[in-house]
Amino acid sequence: MAHHKLSARQYCILGLVALCAPLGDTCLSRGMTNMPAISLAHPLALIAAVFTPWIAAGIALLIGFFASYLTALSWADLTFVLPATAFGNVIVALLARFWLQEPISVERWIGIALITLGVGFVAHGPSRTEHPASVAEEEPVR
Amino acid sequence: MNTMTSAWAAAAMIAAVVLSSTTGEVLTAAAMKSIGDLDDIRAHSGMKGAIKAVVTCPLFFAGVFFLAVAFFALLFALNHLNLSLVAPASASLTLVTNAIAGKIFLKENVDRRRWAAALLVCVGVYLLAH
Repeated sequence: MAHHKLSARQYCILGLVALCAPLGDTCLSRGMTNMPAISLAHPLALIAAVFTPWIAAGIALLIGFFASYLTALSWADLTFVLPATAFGNVIVALLARFWLQEPISVERWIGIALITLGVGFVAHGPSRTEHPASVAEEEPVR
Repeated sequence: MNTMTSAWAAAAMIAAVVLSSTTGEVLTAAAMKSIGDLDDIRAHSGMKGAIKAVVTCPLFFAGVFFLAVAFFALLFALNHLNLSLVAPASASLTLVTNAIAGKIFLKENVDRRRWAAALLVCVGVYLLAH
């Protein structure tokens, strides 16, 4: 396995993947909680929800997540990207603790420690598997 | 879950989310691998070229289709089960199934370091979201 050293820009993209997904989900959750209950009899209310500020912000963040996720997958393995981006869960938990002053149980602190340890493991390894036979023919699409 | 039937139904719903999500992730990863480094493509052909490379890849749309299936399977599961069960179970199990699928289908070198990372993050996500 040849070692692919990630550039600062590539670490930024992984950071964007990690941050955009949980923040986008949080915005969607906040927006949908603020809305009155939507029944299946009035599905158009869901369309209207898209134009409310929290939902629109959530969608924008999730589009940012998907774009940066696809970019990351173009130069790193799936088994590298997924654990590395799970660090977003830790960031959200820490924001909840220190910004929103929400209590965090011992169980959750253990979860945070395990994710951090797992991300540390994977981040110190190579980001991409090289297949020697296919390297020569692997010419990027232009 | 009070009865065996409901326990099996819950397991089936979570399995549907995990399997469709894993299929979507693997197909999307395979698509991006076949396209090549998007940063390089953008440097040579601009943003338009990068977008064109992605949207002209059939594997990418197959991946997006399964990710959409996973999304609706998740909504269905949330309609019948508690968020505190579905979210941690599906998020953590998907990490392990992706490691297995990455090794089998994408021929990724899932060494001991990556197995350890997948398992640690899996348990961590479960504890954090539970």
